[in-house]
Amino acid sequence: MIFAKELGDTLRGALTDDQRVVLLGEDIADPYGGAFKVTRGLSTAFPARVRTTPISEGAIAGVSAGLALAGYRPIAEVMFGDFLTLMFDQVVNHITKYQTMYADQATCPVIIRAATGGHRGYGPTHSQSLEKHFLGVPHLRVVAASLYHDPRVVFADFLRRDEPVLYVEHKLLYPQHLTLPVNGMVGDLIATSSGMLPTVRLSAVPREDCTVSVLAYGYQAHLAAKIVERLAIEEEIFAELIVPAQIAPMDWAPVLSSVTATRSLVTVEEGAGGWSWGAEAASVVSRELFGTLRRPVDVVASEPTIIPSSKAKESAVLVGSAQIEAAIRRAS
Amino acid sequence: MSTALAPARTDERLTGVPGEPLDHRRYRRMRFIRRFEETLLQLFEEGALNGTTHACIGQEADAVAVTEHLTEGDHIFSNHRCHGHYLAHSGDALGLMAEIMGKEAGVCRGLGGSQHICAPGFKSNGVQGGIVPNAAGIALANQLSGNDAVSVVFIGDGTLGEGVVYETLNMASLWKLPLLVVCEDNRWAQSTPIAANMAGSFPGRFSAFGVPVRSVDSTDVAEISQAAGQEIAAVRAGEGPRVLLIHTYRLCHHSKSDDERPEQEIAERWLVEPLVVHGRRLSDSDRLRIDDEVETALGEVVATARALP
Repeated sequence: MIFAKELGDTLRGALTDDQRVVLLGEDIADPYGGAFKVTRGLSTAFPARVRTTPISEGAIAGVSAGLALAGYRPIAEVMFGDFLTLMFDQVVNHITKYQTMYADQATCPVIIRAATGGHRGYGPTHSQSLEKHFLGVPHLRVVAASLYHDPRVVFADFLRRDEPVLYVEHKLLYPQHLTLPVNGMVGDLIATSSGMLPTVRLSAVPREDCTVSVLAYGYQAHLAAKIVERLAIEEEIFAELIVPAQIAPMDWAPVLSSVTATRSLVTVEEGAGGWSWGAEAASVVSRELFGTLRRPVDVVASEPTIIPSSKAKESAVLVGSAQIEAAIRRAS
Repeated sequence: MSTALAPARTDERLTGVPGEPLDHRRYRRMRFIRRFEETLLQLFEEGALNGTTHACIGQEADAVAVTEHLTEGDHIFSNHRCHGHYLAHSGDALGLMAEIMGKEAGVCRGLGGSQHICAPGFKSNGVQGGIVPNAAGIALANQLSGNDAVSVVFIGDGTLGEGVVYETLNMASLWKLPLLVVCEDNRWAQSTPIAANMAGSFPGRFSAFGVPVRSVDSTDVAEISQAAGQEIAAVRAGEGPRVLLIHTYRLCHHSKSDDERPEQEIAERWLVEPLVVHGRRLSDSDRLRIDDEVETALGEVVATARALP
């Protein structure tokens, strides 16, 4: 099954198993079933708890917050992650504050799902990866979909805990098939996992023989994996790719243990460069492993400008395989 | 889910003595809110409190009238000017006083302070429009659960500047949510008069979404209570969201000492404030007796709160 269907199946399972689960979002009802068809069939099966809404992102987030305060488990869909800006007040001043400022007398476990990312030619306001603006919001978990993480495991974790989550789904993952580790392997790469929401590590050879660590999430992790595999086979350049599901707050331990072995780190993200996830990684790694690093951390991110519609111009702005490969070569 | 940190500590001298006439009870409860807030302002002047506060002096009738019709299971979402709503709802003077004093025994352990209160059936937050969808979400939860509980949200005239309010009114109307919006129009959004704040029709802001508006131009607790009772009953009966629009007046400054409003305008409103209007229904001796009881009880609250760690 492609990721979009795996995710839809996950949501169906959540609605079936837990009467508290409510889905809200724009155009999510049948027959349309959401702009990326993730929720197709769900409003027919669960008409009261799967609700299509007006184009009102602030109210979608705010109503979700009220549902969560009242004990429900709302899952809000943001049609394009670009529209997360319209939810920012609810996330920063309401959803993530309630539990702590009310001294644990309430919880507000809202799950926000956002379709993010470019390379589709949708242009400046339908292509962005805005999650960096949510990294570091106190009491918010930011989790990225990837082909190495089963959404069933991810959502079971969300629903088991009482914390708000932003889950970013890169659009180019939807038509891909999951490549979950099987018998410790993903394709020809050795795969190891750690943690409840596992951080997956992929490499062609044992870590001790790798000369660079690559930290990436979401669709960029998928691109990086293909490069790591090819460079190993064709040129014996060995990298260890680290793919966390949760990108904030970060469990840095798997990154630090990898960099301790390779002494070099490349970070990859599709969001605009500067003040970013990679910048935070560079800060942490330089603080913890200053004497170990062979070279400065290489932060790969997109150009800090608008994302053009033209295919050629979009490719020149967004991180893609070429930038990732060049960075791995430099850093290995 | 909720763990109460401490039981709400109430005192009949503040919240109402069993068996006393309704007129006495209403006067007592409004007097309690008035004197609580005047005491707060005095404590600020003494330097005994940290931060800021927004008093509802002049608007006490709204809180007392609306809460008369709420019951177990109903929920109030309030705003930055929430003391009156909270005290009318819970009577927990000590919990709120301790909270504003930043004490561990406060309703939110001193984390929330004046504007961020949580207790069973009550929450407040300091950003204006955002509480409206939160209250609507609670209303949706009640609708999904199939109970007849009502979700109430208090907003002000100034809140109508924020767009999420209209997103929510639309959604609440479409989904017939059991939501009552109580809009306290106190004529001034901080320092900005309503004439500089609001274009078009005030009730039209709500009726555009098919949400019925009940306007009350009054500081009389009895009149407001009658309207509130009817509106809450309609919401409880499943008729969808409604608005109780109360035209009132804030007699005090916005927060602590920021007031540039015309003195004459304020002076005229002191002649028709809720305690004056309703106080006429009591004999002088009853009024003085109640004043005295409230004063003594509040004095004890302040002394107890001061002594808390």
